[in-house]
Amino acid sequence: MKLNVKIMPKNGVLDPQGKAIENSLSQLGFKKFSEIRQGKIIEIDIDADKDQAINIADEMCKKLLVNLIIEDYEIIFDREK
Amino acid sequence: MKASIIVFPGSNCDRDIAVSIKKLTDIEPIMVWHKETSIPDSDLIVIPGGFTFGDYLRCGSIAANSPIMNDVIKKATDGLPTLGICNGFQILTESGLLPGTLIKNDCLSFLCKTVSIKVENNETNFSKKYKQNEVINIPIAHNEGNFFANEDTLKKIKDSNQITFKYCNQNGEVNNETNPNGSIENIAGITNEQGNVLGMMPHPERATCEITKLTDGENLFKSISEFLL
Repeated sequence: MKLNVKIMPKNGVLDPQGKAIENSLSQLGFKKFSEIRQGKIIEIDIDADKDQAINIADEMCKKLLVNLIIEDYEIIFDREK
Repeated sequence: MKASIIVFPGSNCDRDIAVSIKKLTDIEPIMVWHKETSIPDSDLIVIPGGFTFGDYLRCGSIAANSPIMNDVIKKATDGLPTLGICNGFQILTESGLLPGTLIKNDCLSFLCKTVSIKVENNETNFSKKYKQNEVINIPIAHNEGNFFANEDTLKKIKDSNQITFKYCNQNGEVNNETNPNGSIENIAGITNEQGNVLGMMPHPERATCEITKLTDGENLFKSISEFLL
């Protein structure tokens, strides 16, 4: 079962990378945008059915993939599968 | 007396620490590879600075899950003195031995310079040779040294007197202008609640040699030595 883990900085946590991207886009002349934040997506193929895969991915997030002090996550299924 | 220095792929301050320990204490440093599953009989654990596992995922996150860490967590929780410097501090927060976490510097750049830090608590086993509120000069070298904790955690840290070092200027002033990386409350180093685990971003081992004209790190090693002997 292929799935993606989407990890984003929590609201209120400083996101210097998002800020740097925002500054660069402004310098390029882009307007009418705000609140850029940078996260990451981790692709995983788990050899299990959907419910099991969710549980396993959730455990992976809590043990390693995500730092819950500063990040939120969401488990998303790959539409192709 | 023995100190176990944990070596991960990408550790790069492990030998500096060993040199400082040998020079300033009667403690014998032992290098322990991260794939070991138990710490040899030791009186101190040191997690040195570096860029373990290339800082992949989050700084310190992969190292915090290395095989040796189960025993580090067990022994540190049981009260064994444990020191984490720079990446070692990041590994200690990622492993849950210290509260909070370290995020990117708010200035968006890697910082490599000597800064002043203030001894906020000289009653720890790592800082007792310093005077309370003493200002010392110690180098920093990091991209993710911006200490962050949520309000509840920060309150606990303050209530339990866990802040050991804060960034300041030569006059000991602690404010936004003397904060190099955006750390909450200018925090440069904290202990756990029991006080046996210290994590700090500045590198005391880089301030133990006359040639560099920086020797303010010496008292940290002497404090540990005095406590252990």
